Amino acid sequence: MIGTMAQAAPYVGYVYPNETDIPWSVLIVIYPYITGLVAGAFIVSSLYHVFGMERFKTVARFALLTAVSFMFFVPVPLLFHLGNPQRAFNAVLTPHWTSAMSAFSYVAGFYICLLLLEIWFAFRADIVSLAKTKGGLLGRAYRILTLGSDDVSGKALAIDHKFAFALAVIGIPAAGGLHGYVGFLFGSLKSREWWSSDLMPIIFLLSAVVSGIGLLVVLYVAYSKFRKAALDDACLQGLAKTMWAFLTVVLLIEGLELLEMFYKSLEGIEMVQRLIEGPIRYGMFLQWGLSLMVFATLSYLILTHASGRALVTGMFASGIGMMLGVLAMRWNVVIGGQELSKTMKGLLIYYPEILGHEGLLAVLFIFLCPFIVLWLVTRFLPPWESKARKEVSS
Amino acid sequence: MESDTSEAKKAEPGSALRRNFLRAIGAGVACAGVWMNDPLQAAPPAAEAAPPDIPGYDWRKHKWAFGVDATRCIGCLRCVEACKAENGVTQDAHHFRTWVERYVYLEGDEHARVDSQSDPGNIAASDSQQAFRFDNRYASAPVEKAFFVPKLCNHCTHPACVQVCPTGATYQTPDGVVLIDHSYCIGCQYCVQACPYGAREFNHAMGVTDKCTWCYHRITKGLQPACVEVCPVEARVFGDRNDPDSPISRFIRNNRVSVLKPQTGNAPNVFYAGIDKEVS
Ligand code: SF4
Ligand code: SF4
Repeated sequence: MIGTMAQAAPYVGYVYPNETDIPWSVLIVIYPYITGLVAGAFIVSSLYHVFGMERFKTVARFALLTAVSFMFFVPVPLLFHLGNPQRAFNAVLTPHWTSAMSAFSYVAGFYICLLLLEIWFAFRADIVSLAKTKGGLLGRAYRILTLGSDDVSGKALAIDHKFAFALAVIGIPAAGGLHGYVGFLFGSLKSREWWSSDLMPIIFLLSAVVSGIGLLVVLYVAYSKFRKAALDDACLQGLAKTMWAFLTVVLLIEGLELLEMFYKSLEGIEMVQRLIEGPIRYGMFLQWGLSLMVFATLSYLILTHASGRALVTGMFASGIGMMLGVLAMRWNVVIGGQELSKTMKGLLIYYPEILGHEGLLAVLFIFLCPFIVLWLVTRFLPPWESKARKEVSS
Repeated sequence: MESDTSEAKKAEPGSALRRNFLRAIGAGVACAGVWMNDPLQAAPPAAEAAPPDIPGYDWRKHKWAFGVDATRCIGCLRCVEACKAENGVTQDAHHFRTWVERYVYLEGDEHARVDSQSDPGNIAASDSQQAFRFDNRYASAPVEKAFFVPKLCNHCTHPACVQVCPTGATYQTPDGVVLIDHSYCIGCQYCVQACPYGAREFNHAMGVTDKCTWCYHRITKGLQPACVEVCPVEARVFGDRNDPDSPISRFIRNNRVSVLKPQTGNAPNVFYAGIDKEVS
């Protein structure tokens, strides 16, 4: 792809001349962001499928569909970013194994297959019943999707359940791996002070789960309002506690990491401080401000055993808050890391393009796609407890 | 630009190496296991790769290295311009295979004031992003100490850029040079991130990463890199470490040399004489 350089980044202090062409744009901010949402949504479905937490049953299958809809779009920002996207397969055909990035297609491919399989088992009974009731093209699609297995006897369903369970069990380390891996992509680079941290994979993983639960809450509330269905208080309370637990650990680790950095005060710490006070100050403000607000809200909801309207409102706000807070965190890491010069003697300032294939509009478009796909998928495979499903399973 | 790629292809053994990669894939996953076993050997065992098709050149017989004598550099920037012309580097103030830094201590300064030819003040002085010069901003300032430091890719022994390249487009040759196969690079810029020295730049017209090759197309024909050739004061030294009488062997022997950012473990092969603590 023939491209031109985006605007050269302005800077203060001394930066290497080549650094004014910032390598990774806002596209690479949403890559780990979307991956994180996938991991988070998947964990919620596992809480039901693996840990048998009945209260999450309502959203478990929806969470799976959410995870897969977003997973489809994980590679897109990466492809948009490549200078020669038509050669992307070079990394698949001749992977250079010392590179963390070379494993991407394998990790992502494996995970998509796993998700699709688990969804198939979780929805097979529905697919069979839909194949029997729907006609025309749609009916045909369902019939194909049954893959020739239309046995919905109790025994067959028990086998389905076993497989779904096994896949969900494998899915947990896979989801963890998928996102811990993204953290490794950044944390393993010794060239950048702001990235080079052993804690990066953990921080990425835990914040991913928080943002994914946030997304799920927002979608669950929105869908229920749209379907005029009642929200399940027990489920929301469970989500509140899970989110709270993960958020607590994220806040602690991130806080400790910053504390350690400043306590050790290695060479160049002044620049780190100026980075936080300068180019990423709004990002830091959003990340920490929103996280703490959500933490307070969730604590309140849990302590007061909130239910009904208060719970829904509080959780919806927390969901939005965490989605934005973690997005800000991704920005602070990906962009902030590049704004801190490798010279440790200067700071750059990144201004995203609006148009262009690495611009904000492209990012917005990419981010909207999974929502559209999810909407279509839920039309095709309704994840909510429906009459049809109950009949089949009884 | 096109001629640059084809020229580089002629001199750089990328395609040969790639054939080797494909063979390696054919040979099975065992090969991958071998590469993983030695974390310091970032590149696949290049010695096994077919040597490049360059008449009279055997890449197993050389060990190239580079020296910079910062006490000599006068900041004339001929090297920067020669490099851009020789290698078709993007003609602006944001893409360089080599550059020069100016370090100035005014009386009482704790830290050096640093700039390079890309500094807006210096660009204004030459009024061009094609011809470079350092401005005269310190003409009447109480300068206590000042010196220039030429910079370029260090052709590291353990190159972080090679380690992270997902495709193997960036590779290390047995003669100690780190090269990029422009016909294989996907343009992910992971290597740009991984290089601690800011030595890599992105060629937007071609969608690939680029960097100093020590003028591989010249050195394999017995010539000097363009920057070494044009330097009027011999601040840049190049040669074969296998030859004890080469300029670089003598340079390393006769000076107290250091390398940049040794803590990275990259083990650079550009050796500096006459730099001070502020240089990194
Ligand atoms: S200086 Fe940078 S680009 Fe050059 S070999 Fe070392 S890590 Fe790679
Ligand atoms: S930009 Fe090219 S050379 Fe650099 S890591 Fe990516 S594929 Fe390798």
